[in-house]
Amino acid sequence: MQPCGLSLARACVQTLGAAVLGLGLTLTPSARAQQTPANTLDAVKARGQLVCGVNTGLAGFAQPDSQGVWRGFDAEYCRAIAAALFGDGNKVRFVPTTAQVRFTALQSGEVDVLSRNTTWTLSRDTSLGLDFAATNFYDGQGFMVKTSLGLKSAKELEGATICVQPGTTTEQNLSDWARANKVRFTPVVIERLEELTSAYVSGRCDAYTTDVSGLAAVRSAQPKPEDHSILPEVISKEPLALGVRQGDARFADIVRWTHFLLLSAEEFGITQANVDKMGNDPRPEVQRILGKNGGLGPMLGLSEDWAVKVIKAVGNYAELFDRTLTPIGIKRGPNALWNNGGLQFSPPFR
Amino acid sequence: MSDLTLETSVAKVPEAAPRSPPASQIGLVGWLRTNLFSSWLNSAVTLLVAYLVIRWLIGFVEWGIVNAVWSVPNNQTQACRDLKGIGACWAVVTEKHRFILFGTYPYEEHWRPALCILLFVGLYVVSAMRRFWRKELALVWIAVLAAIGVLMWGGVLGLSYVPQERWGGLVITLILATFGLAFAFPLAILVALGRRSRLPAIKAICVLYVELIRGVPLISLLFMASVMFPLFLPEGMNIDKLLRAQIAIILFAGAYLAEVVRGGLQALSKGQYEAADALGLSYWKKTGLIILPQALRLVIPPLVNTFIGFFKDTSLVLIIGIFDLLTAGKTAIIEPAWQGFGVEVYLTVGAIYFVFCFAMSKYSQRLEAEFNRHRRR
Amino acid sequence: MSQSTTDPRAFRAPPRRPLRLSWSDERVRGIVWQVLVVGLLGAVVWWLWSNTVHNLEVRRIATGFGFLRREAGLPIAESLIEYNPTDTYLRALTVGLLNTLKVAVVGIVLATLIGTLVGIARLSRNWLLARLAAIYVEVIRDLPLLLQLLFWYAILQGLPGPRQAMQPVAGIFLSNRGLKMPWVEWQDAHSFALLAFVLGAVGTWLYRRAALQKQMQDGQPRRLWPVALGAMVALPLAVWAAFGAPWTIDWPELRGFNFRGGMTISPEYFALLLGLTLYTAGFIAEIVRAGILAVPQGQWEAAQALGLHPGQVLNRIVLPQALRVIIPPMTSQYLNITKNSSLAVAIGYQDIVSIANTTLNQTGQAIEGIAIIMLVYLTISLSISLFMNWYNARIALVER
Repeated sequence: MQPCGLSLARACVQTLGAAVLGLGLTLTPSARAQQTPANTLDAVKARGQLVCGVNTGLAGFAQPDSQGVWRGFDAEYCRAIAAALFGDGNKVRFVPTTAQVRFTALQSGEVDVLSRNTTWTLSRDTSLGLDFAATNFYDGQGFMVKTSLGLKSAKELEGATICVQPGTTTEQNLSDWARANKVRFTPVVIERLEELTSAYVSGRCDAYTTDVSGLAAVRSAQPKPEDHSILPEVISKEPLALGVRQGDARFADIVRWTHFLLLSAEEFGITQANVDKMGNDPRPEVQRILGKNGGLGPMLGLSEDWAVKVIKAVGNYAELFDRTLTPIGIKRGPNALWNNGGLQFSPPFR
Repeated sequence: MSDLTLETSVAKVPEAAPRSPPASQIGLVGWLRTNLFSSWLNSAVTLLVAYLVIRWLIGFVEWGIVNAVWSVPNNQTQACRDLKGIGACWAVVTEKHRFILFGTYPYEEHWRPALCILLFVGLYVVSAMRRFWRKELALVWIAVLAAIGVLMWGGVLGLSYVPQERWGGLVITLILATFGLAFAFPLAILVALGRRSRLPAIKAICVLYVELIRGVPLISLLFMASVMFPLFLPEGMNIDKLLRAQIAIILFAGAYLAEVVRGGLQALSKGQYEAADALGLSYWKKTGLIILPQALRLVIPPLVNTFIGFFKDTSLVLIIGIFDLLTAGKTAIIEPAWQGFGVEVYLTVGAIYFVFCFAMSKYSQRLEAEFNRHRRR
Repeated sequence: MSQSTTDPRAFRAPPRRPLRLSWSDERVRGIVWQVLVVGLLGAVVWWLWSNTVHNLEVRRIATGFGFLRREAGLPIAESLIEYNPTDTYLRALTVGLLNTLKVAVVGIVLATLIGTLVGIARLSRNWLLARLAAIYVEVIRDLPLLLQLLFWYAILQGLPGPRQAMQPVAGIFLSNRGLKMPWVEWQDAHSFALLAFVLGAVGTWLYRRAALQKQMQDGQPRRLWPVALGAMVALPLAVWAAFGAPWTIDWPELRGFNFRGGMTISPEYFALLLGLTLYTAGFIAEIVRAGILAVPQGQWEAAQALGLHPGQVLNRIVLPQALRVIIPPMTSQYLNITKNSSLAVAIGYQDIVSIANTTLNQTGQAIEGIAIIMLVYLTISLSISLFMNWYNARIALVER
């Protein structure tokens, strides 16, 4: 006989009970486990705060300053969207995401919007469960090398060791370009941008490839930026876009039109300083933008004066650009307005 | 090494030859003779090793102390760069030590994680003393862990709220390891009991769990926690990154601890089980009063060793971007001004890990010796 | 169930009561508990599964392993087989797997060698050597492996660039691009010589078995080394000579950015191997020490009393007994080295984890990516366990 043997069963019941209970416990007390309904807009409004996924640290785009406040182009876009939603650009929480977890973070609802130099591609748009709302920065991939090498063109990189971040479009572009130009290279792949940069700086690689804006950011952060030069070739199109969850058209509209608002504001000369005075501007489109008539804000599910709040919070596209990207040496280039020969174009506010 | 084998040359000594008095076996000379210069081979090894050690020591002292730069004014690292590697740049540690210890926790609130670290150390010390090995210890643990939670989060008692994204440094390492152990231990006991169960389904589940977890690297579990876990949960529900990593570590630790506990259960003589059965005790009384107290006592030394393992393994969260001690150290040298002083930072971080692990491993060795003495009697 | 109790005399087993549907019947309790547990677990798994399916559908994330046949487009720095970025993900993952095996196998061999030496040194009668070995073991075991890897990688990154490379011996260059050394240009002759060596090794092993069997019968020990020398050295040399003894050395030389030719050990691989080996050697040293200490002193003395010389004592008496204690914990160290090689991802060595990670990042298919990683490690772990269990059974004490 086995007098007690069978009751050993309890042990394992308890085990699993504990496991399930433990899981339950870890879920329940977390005030962080918000119940986000399928509709992001309602969820964000209910929460009273926008959660924005940004880069872990890329000068000019998203980087915490010494007080821990996020600064940069992408971070300002988060503030702009928060201002559109709540009228207050500070109602935003920044979540730093690596290249690897960015899409998961968006899919799972950890972040509401991804403002994190992410290239818009077909496969990402269709198979990753996200939608790209708007391209807020047109970029291209380039190479940076030590000036002392005296290189003039990327085609001279034959046999070089090149630092590249894995799992990005950058990596695939590099292979494509090398194949097309018959350049052989040895890759060094490191996941985190900061470590990759330090590998390049320490001389582990001859060249460093990423988006030209990223290269400029890295270069400007070096003690002696003139020791590094960016080669003229731009080997790819990198439209960096704001990402939202798929199937969330209303929220996507708000994100998209916040971007267009910044462009239109630049076009009509509405700035952070003069936005209040511009309310009296006779031009009909300005009137519509600033919510004096036309009722455009409510159509988006926002307040009438949403645009005023956004521009007060971050300024127009040019101001935003000048504040964040100009200091690290990035020119407007393709990001100029279409009437200045650039690609940034806003559909009419009508 | 030849000194492992016993010398057999005694028989060859010619009997008639007059013998000199035996070499001194006591005193410094005697000690040197027996321990360092017992044969020509031994002497050669001693001299070679001594030479290498002394040379390395001199080099290290020169690099680490004589030529080192201890501090530089506001981030001007030129003094360090001028050394060109002949001396250490401890200035990076002087400058960044608070960042390494506390990460991005708000600067003026650093006393809170500091207090937490002290609480953790106190908890370890109390748990290590045999006179406190009572049931009440569990209550002490719950109380201290709760206090640490309050201190870190704040939001009550006039403490400002600090979200988890800003926690960092040594305290994260301690949290991951300690909470991991606190939750994994009960899980491990149940799984170990389940694995020895005679019910096939339950045994199978426990075996599957233990073997599956032990067959894969911790990294894959952490990846799972960071990229796959969000997909498992119902839409809209999501758990903080730190908590996800903590769950992965608990599941991982549970499987390894279960094996340790199982070792204790197996080492217990069959007579104990049979005697308890003969007394007519129910399963839970038998387990709780007879088996576990003895089995757990038996496994404390390997348990401490396993804990040392976890303590070190928590550093793997670096790979999924959680700000523990090692990540903080690594982040400290990302700033362009401080790039290239990794060795100094890693030595410092290593020293912190070493202090904790060395204390625990010495403790476990002493405990083991004590238990063995007890058993031998 | 109850039929089996009809004739209790036929069985010596205790009579079995018929199953009563009552809580006091422990078999009923057992069944109820099991059903409960399995049901509960099943419910949890089903819940997670349905969540996942729902999430994948709602978020329109692609599923399935179809991506394995797509073009990977990811460059890989070092590979044992031919690979270029136009190949498929499947091939990229295979390259990653081979890289994992490369570091694991070399690591196991080196860690065993160093660990054994350190373990023996800890038992040395030379106080200084023993202390040094003890310090090594204590320090290396109390530091996280990841920290050690980063430390070595930082040191290797601090080396001078290729143009200022250190040259400890002519032709060998040490720079932040890794270790470059001259290497024989591989030709058919070398492959055949290698084949001859393998055949020779097998032959030697067979001879040894036969010789041992003969020794069992007539008690005459036979010399092994002449046969070993002939089969494993002379035969390959002869084969090589028969092909005309081709011998071209590929010297590394600085051309353009980097060294060309020769053999390269990249800093990433080197740092990983160094870290893994030194770390695991610390544990193996303790295992070896414990194993040797486990052989009672009387065995040494008895062997000497029989007149065996020291080498024979170690070989015939001590090691076989020590191995029995050593093998089981050694198995888990070998498993650890394999699993720990996954830390490669932190320093940019492209092992299976690193490549699967990039793959799941590019395709967005997290579940498949992680499943691949886990499957690979489970398979490797299982193979090592099986092999070591087989070996352990072979050397186990045969009791009457």
